[in-house]
Amino acid sequence: MKVLVPVKRVIDYNVKVRVKADGSGVDLANVKMSMNPFDEIAVEEAIRLKEAGKADEVIAVSIGVKQAQETLRTALAMGADRAILVVAADDVHSDIEPLAVAKILKGVIDEEQPGLVIAGKQAIDNDMNATGQMLAALMGWSQATYANNIDIDGDHAVVTREVDGGLQTIKVKMPAIVTADLRLNEPRYASLPNIMKAKKKPLDEKTADDYGVDVIPRLEVVKTSEPEERAAGIKVGSVDELVEKLKEAGAV
Amino acid sequence: MAVLLLAEVNDGELALDATAKAVAAAGKLGDVTILAAGATCAAAAEAAAKIDGVAKVLCAEHDLYGHRLAEPVSDLIVSLAADYDHIIAPATTDAKNILPRVAALLDVMVLTDVSGIVDADTFERPIYAGNAVQTVKSSDAKKVISIRTSTFDAAGEQSAASVENIDAAADPSLSEWVEDKVAESDRPELTSAGVVVSGGRGVGSEEDFALIEKLADKLGAAVGASRAAVDSGFAPNDWQVGQTGKVVAPDLYVAIGISGAIQHLAGMKDSKIIVAINKDEEAPIFQVADYGLVADLFDAVPELVEKL
Repeated sequence: MKVLVPVKRVIDYNVKVRVKADGSGVDLANVKMSMNPFDEIAVEEAIRLKEAGKADEVIAVSIGVKQAQETLRTALAMGADRAILVVAADDVHSDIEPLAVAKILKGVIDEEQPGLVIAGKQAIDNDMNATGQMLAALMGWSQATYANNIDIDGDHAVVTREVDGGLQTIKVKMPAIVTADLRLNEPRYASLPNIMKAKKKPLDEKTADDYGVDVIPRLEVVKTSEPEERAAGIKVGSVDELVEKLKEAGAV
Repeated sequence: MAVLLLAEVNDGELALDATAKAVAAAGKLGDVTILAAGATCAAAAEAAAKIDGVAKVLCAEHDLYGHRLAEPVSDLIVSLAADYDHIIAPATTDAKNILPRVAALLDVMVLTDVSGIVDADTFERPIYAGNAVQTVKSSDAKKVISIRTSTFDAAGEQSAASVENIDAAADPSLSEWVEDKVAESDRPELTSAGVVVSGGRGVGSEEDFALIEKLADKLGAAVGASRAAVDSGFAPNDWQVGQTGKVVAPDLYVAIGISGAIQHLAGMKDSKIIVAINKDEEAPIFQVADYGLVADLFDAVPELVEKL
């Protein structure tokens, strides 16, 4: 079974986000970019399935700007076998919407015929939390989002999901789309020898046109603004003073 | 304009607070028809009919919908979609699972975690873990939207609107429910609680989380946790407050041993009053706290429990 893992190049999670002064978006020029953390978890899970003998090949795919090559090399260094880059934008500031991403991924799936797709549950830039579900819809496949455990059992996958009330376990028919939540696993670091080896692994380059997908956004960004700042309050010196302040404020 | 709003129904019971907040948001867009789906849904439909602003309730009662699996519920919504311009739900994990599937089936983009409605086509939503707010205008014929409930006040009550039973859609037979692991608790539900007491990595262990729970019980509060505390195994996942966990906006939020990572702040900074107790006076949580106490939580929390 092939496992397909979509990965996204996003601003590194440690970088302080700055909104551009003209309100056109977040400044991504000269900032550190990395693989979306949820996608790292997805890559790790796919590699573990291969190591456990449940998958034969792990294919990483990224859709976006040419620089996403670096993100794919990271996936290859972690242990993915090969990679596909679908160039769909020239400017690092243009974000391809989940619907268009899902349509392109459908094209990739039609060619590659994977038995399972593991994606991150959301990207930490647009926080959409949508691509996996949209892809499942377009394929007519089952979906298991927010996974914290995956067991492949023949033609089914048993997935435990992190939901509002606690944990829910469902059984989905394969092929399926699973999206990774935080506690599915702890992704490995790529070792130096593996980083070197990754440079020689195959990385195919395609375009959105190759899949006949129109990536014109459905949502026009009118403006991007800073969130309302919350003013810092005061420091209290003791528990007594805290209790007094809370009583004054009518909070207790 | 007509709105179809997916009510949050768990085991036949309406999650009133989340649903009523979504109704309040949706009311700006047009007449609201509620869809209540479940293995049993009559009681939930009846409760939803009494939310102020609801014009009608559709009740789809079938075993298929008992566990709100995405595939059958999405098909049901799509079968009804022709009559509506907006399809809305509170941004619970169920709705976030279902709505993008609905949107893709309708060939429209989804708008998730919407925190503000500007007009029928234009919406605000937080991005980058709440570090920025984006205003977007949709060019799609139908809008599929999940509502971040913490930014809307719940709609009030009205005399009941009519309830209509509807047929189930076809069974896609793609997935089945196996089990739920839900912690039983007498405490209020985290996202609708008036007071939330949360613990972070500083609490140090699962056993010591009892201290947080003790203070919560004293205040009649729900218990929350930072991602660090959940990742360390001190607290269960459903307690996580933050951008990828639950977003809360209680009247009082007490953060204990929480440093205040940006993704945690994104989940609680709309709280009315924030109290922080942390021994590190440089902790970022103090930048958003109304009342900060620099102290060892193992001294301060028991004292607080005693003096409240």
